[in-house]
Amino acid sequence: MTKTFRFALLASTLLGGAASAQDVTLTIESWRNDDLTIWQDTLIPAFEAQNPGIKVVFAPTAPAEYNAALNSKLAAGSAGDLITCRPFDASLELYNQGHLADLTNLASMANFSPVAKSAWQTDDGAATFCVPMASVIHGFIYNKDAFDALGLAVPTTNAEFYAALDAIKADGTYIPMAMGTNDQWEAATMGYNNIGPNYWKGEEGRLALIKGEQKLTDPAWVAPFEELARWKDYLGDGFEAQTYPDSQNLFTLGRAAIYPAGSWEIAGFNAQATFAMGAFPPPVAAAGDTCYISDHTDIAIGLNAKSPNAEAATKFLEWVGSAEFATMYANALPGFFSLNSTPVEMQDPLAQEFVSWRGKCQSTIRSTYQILSRGTPNLENETWNASANVIRGSETPADAAKRLQDGLASWYDPQK
Amino acid sequence: MAARKPVRWHIGVFLAPAVLVYTAIMIIPLFGTLNLSLYNLDGQNRIFVGLANFVTLFGDPRWSGAFWNALYNNFWFFLIHMIVQNPIGILLAALLSSPKLRMSAFYRTAIFIPTILSFVIVGFVWKLILSPIWGIAPGMLDAVGLKALFAPWLGKEEYALTTLALISVWQFVGIPMMLIYAALLSIPDDVIEAAEMDGLGGWAQFWKIKLPLILPSIGIISILTFVGNFNAFDLIYVAQGALAGPDFSTDILGTFLYRTFFGFQLQLGDPHMGAAIATAMFGIILVGVCLYLFGIQTRLRRYQF
Repeated sequence: MTKTFRFALLASTLLGGAASAQDVTLTIESWRNDDLTIWQDTLIPAFEAQNPGIKVVFAPTAPAEYNAALNSKLAAGSAGDLITCRPFDASLELYNQGHLADLTNLASMANFSPVAKSAWQTDDGAATFCVPMASVIHGFIYNKDAFDALGLAVPTTNAEFYAALDAIKADGTYIPMAMGTNDQWEAATMGYNNIGPNYWKGEEGRLALIKGEQKLTDPAWVAPFEELARWKDYLGDGFEAQTYPDSQNLFTLGRAAIYPAGSWEIAGFNAQATFAMGAFPPPVAAAGDTCYISDHTDIAIGLNAKSPNAEAATKFLEWVGSAEFATMYANALPGFFSLNSTPVEMQDPLAQEFVSWRGKCQSTIRSTYQILSRGTPNLENETWNASANVIRGSETPADAAKRLQDGLASWYDPQK
Repeated sequence: MAARKPVRWHIGVFLAPAVLVYTAIMIIPLFGTLNLSLYNLDGQNRIFVGLANFVTLFGDPRWSGAFWNALYNNFWFFLIHMIVQNPIGILLAALLSSPKLRMSAFYRTAIFIPTILSFVIVGFVWKLILSPIWGIAPGMLDAVGLKALFAPWLGKEEYALTTLALISVWQFVGIPMMLIYAALLSIPDDVIEAAEMDGLGGWAQFWKIKLPLILPSIGIISILTFVGNFNAFDLIYVAQGALAGPDFSTDILGTFLYRTFFGFQLQLGDPHMGAAIATAMFGIILVGVCLYLFGIQTRLRRYQF
């Protein structure tokens, strides 16, 4: 009896499988739930038109839950065929555990520079496991109408930056800067790692920190915290409970004048804001100093090593690595700058402004992402907490830096 | 010789569904977790490490600091529930059971409704109400001239946890109210009448007659609150995120477990340390429940009518 029943069940699943066998369905795991419509309306139809028989489903998770959810799904064997890759250690660990396939021999890998690929390679560079998609650049987006109304020039030095903030505050029409500390990550990502590279001199300081030649308690690494502590006076009332969406809305509703930003905001802001916007890179200490920007290799896509549709998925990855995808993606999502070696023509003026800084400033990536967040306590997560504390004023810059250094030194040998 | 008693099959048959389901989804995973906490990774292999995870959890200053912080916050969370939620629940039940109260069915339903709402809705709605930017709380305080009292409570280290505890109280006050209400209704009228004959009314009647009769229910409510609070996670996660800001001031054992077990942002999950924390939570709840069962429950006087 039970045997017959089991066979009936089995047969029905086989039949169900056979019925849909003509079409291979690929599922993409991602944290970019904001991009759902762009994938569904622009990117996926373009791929499906060229590759009949392959269906693609974009299945994003909320950004804060993505890593935890993905790790559990991979461990349980229920993850999608294509995995959107976080940069550096998070994805490297997935590769080491055998969850991501080696893509070194993918033909389209030739379209990417070594720097573009570095975020998704083993430490020796022997294997690449994700196809680079885009980088994001940090800076400040400002309300042009507000600046014009108050007669303010775009600040280039630190002194001008605070003078502008003081002028906006004195006028009182606008909140000088839209940022809150409730969600913590903006303080670290759009605060510390946004202005920091100017102090630790980009790659020079970042690599010295990894080698153990510099410490987080050195003046170059404490200075950004000291700046963050000054920001407190320019944030809106009750910024302690202000969330990330609150900050976005404050700015796009025209209630705040300056928004410490990542370039990924461009698409959303263009859709929401009714005023003209501009952008400026993190201000430097004195006019004429070399400027450094955080041009962070942020997003790539890899292949689930256990995917049953590896062949179709590889086709998709080759397409993601193509110049065609790069143009389509960079224009559909201004602010996600293509890592493809083929230059991409972008239409959006704000995106052009951001990308123009690559010409005059030195690029670096976020200091906490490569190697330094491998242990416990995790430097990136600690930096969120420390940056938020410093802005709120509940921890001094020196104390915060010392805590981060002690935490890092507790497990990272070159810093011991 | 008397005939042997027939085997009482029905006992087994009736117990089987509950036993099977509980074993499959509660008991086996529980022992799986206890077992997992005794292992750790050595490179790629899982090896038996005995109590080493617990030595790390209680011995390493970082781990133990986070653990004691979470435990302390959890006790504070529980304390707020005990001194706010349960007395208010009893008070509401006493009011509801008063025969003179009109529309008591409406109040009963209205107060109970938040209990059936999802944590996500409660967390989101209260975040909006208390938001310094869009919230109605600052405006309402302003209308009565108390704007100075407003603070971004959820963003201040000294208030955030208490605020969240009070939100949780708001959500769950209906449960003690209903349980006590049921207990009050089950007090026979002749006991009350006898009290009235003896000249006891109002508050004196409540303290001397009703309260002793509902004490067992209060005990049950306390232990339910204890277990619920030490397993809490959802509200904090929804309102403050897994990092339980500001500066871990709202971190309770549930969020600490989540961060450790599943990982967060660049921090990868560590199932073995996570299981060790889960085991510690299990131990704390077990000790609490045992203290109650053997220390209090057995001493409570019960009355038969």
